[in-house]
Amino acid sequence: MVDVASGVIELIAGKVRNKQGPLQLSDPLESLGLESLDVLELTFAIEETFNIEIPFNANTEFDFKTVGELVHAVEGLVAKKTASA
Amino acid sequence: MNRVVVTGLGTVSPVGQSSAAYWAALAAGRTGFGPPTIFDAGRLNTKSVAEVNDFVAADHFDVRQIGFLDRVSQLAVVAAREAIGQSGLSFRNGLGARTAAIIGSGIGGQTTQDDNFKRIYADNAVRVHPLIIPRTMPNAPASQISMFFGIKGPTYAVSTACASATHSIGQAFHLVRAGAVACAVAGGAEAQLTTGTVKAWEAMRILAPDTCRPFSRDRKGMVLGEGAAILVLEPLDHATARGADILGEIVGFGMSADAGDLTAPDPDGMVRAMTAALADAGLAPDAIDYVNAHGTGTTANDSTETTALHATFGAHARQLAISSTKSMVGHALGAAGALEAVATLMALREGVIPPTMNYLGPDPACDLDYVPNEARRQPLRAALSNSFAFGGLNAVLAFRRFAG
Repeated sequence: MVDVASGVIELIAGKVRNKQGPLQLSDPLESLGLESLDVLELTFAIEETFNIEIPFNANTEFDFKTVGELVHAVEGLVAKKTASA
Repeated sequence: MNRVVVTGLGTVSPVGQSSAAYWAALAAGRTGFGPPTIFDAGRLNTKSVAEVNDFVAADHFDVRQIGFLDRVSQLAVVAAREAIGQSGLSFRNGLGARTAAIIGSGIGGQTTQDDNFKRIYADNAVRVHPLIIPRTMPNAPASQISMFFGIKGPTYAVSTACASATHSIGQAFHLVRAGAVACAVAGGAEAQLTTGTVKAWEAMRILAPDTCRPFSRDRKGMVLGEGAAILVLEPLDHATARGADILGEIVGFGMSADAGDLTAPDPDGMVRAMTAALADAGLAPDAIDYVNAHGTGTTANDSTETTALHATFGAHARQLAISSTKSMVGHALGAAGALEAVATLMALREGVIPPTMNYLGPDPACDLDYVPNEARRQPLRAALSNSFAFGGLNAVLAFRRFAG
């Protein structure tokens, strides 16, 4: 199974527009220069990679403030899916 | 240059299948939202759409005709039949060759397309219906209106997503004003409510889970709709000479493109389109009393449109009555601008402003008068109707109450 944390970070890194060097869990997502369609595509890519549903309506704030929060949320959703499977 | 008046209106909408029924519903604040019934939503999350859900093709067409018509063309032809009937014009004579039909559609015959692909990919069909191509093409509504009513002048579709119908009416207005055609039939049609299309909209994560609340706090996005609306345009002199009932006047049209984000709205593009429409109409900003807003109910559109209204109108923005009829009929994409043109013309004629329904209270980013939850009786001189499309394409029409 893909390591969730590194998988998510790699997907985020593919969308980053204005940061040099490796992503840190503490990096605020807002600081990475993601535009609204980047967030949409990133969410889709994560859902496809881990076969999960991320509850997210673009009319509300993206619930995850940092790289770490998004990683943990995805880890939680993957764990929940594994447990229910 | 001709003054351009409207002498026919036709509407097929989720809240009424004639212009009179549609207008009565808007003035009463009646919404047309409900669970999907005309397409299989079993695997979808969408719980609320605005369907024309009691539309029966056989009430309007014989069996042979239905074979040629996707739902989008059915809606378009029924709306055109009403509009042309109301105008009293016949195109089965010399007038047909000097009349334009410009009909917008965002995505054309989606019911046919969706069904075709399902048969090929999911059902492994060996063969498919021979008329899929001419039913699906986005110009089918324009072509069908041309054929049904004998319109033989400039006839084409305009496809600019959510602004398609506004661009169509605007182009028709300019043709009639310039004298390039004697008359025009213009508007838009959309029938996008299919499983495949709605699934694709869900992926954009901008659909409201409950209802459409434009400009309101706690708004959660748009609700997809469908329908058609058609206007008959002719020069004032032509209409007067034949004693036609003049329903309103189109006085200006403005267009712009953002050349920026694919989907995010841009206040500068909106301002330039509204300013261009005012300039084209020769109207000062303070001559406008009402704006039928694009008002989709998404966080981004409504706050950006509010910013653009402030920038366009300055202090007068606070005097404007602004409403989004999408709060009642949803977002009918390529038909939206035509449905809203009908609403705007009727508002001017009746002196009644249709409300923005489902409004819960102010959002700090939307600080103007949105005529919340109840229609308002108020004499109106002139109005704008805004359409701002994905792809950054903006179109705005200016209308004036016809008072001779």
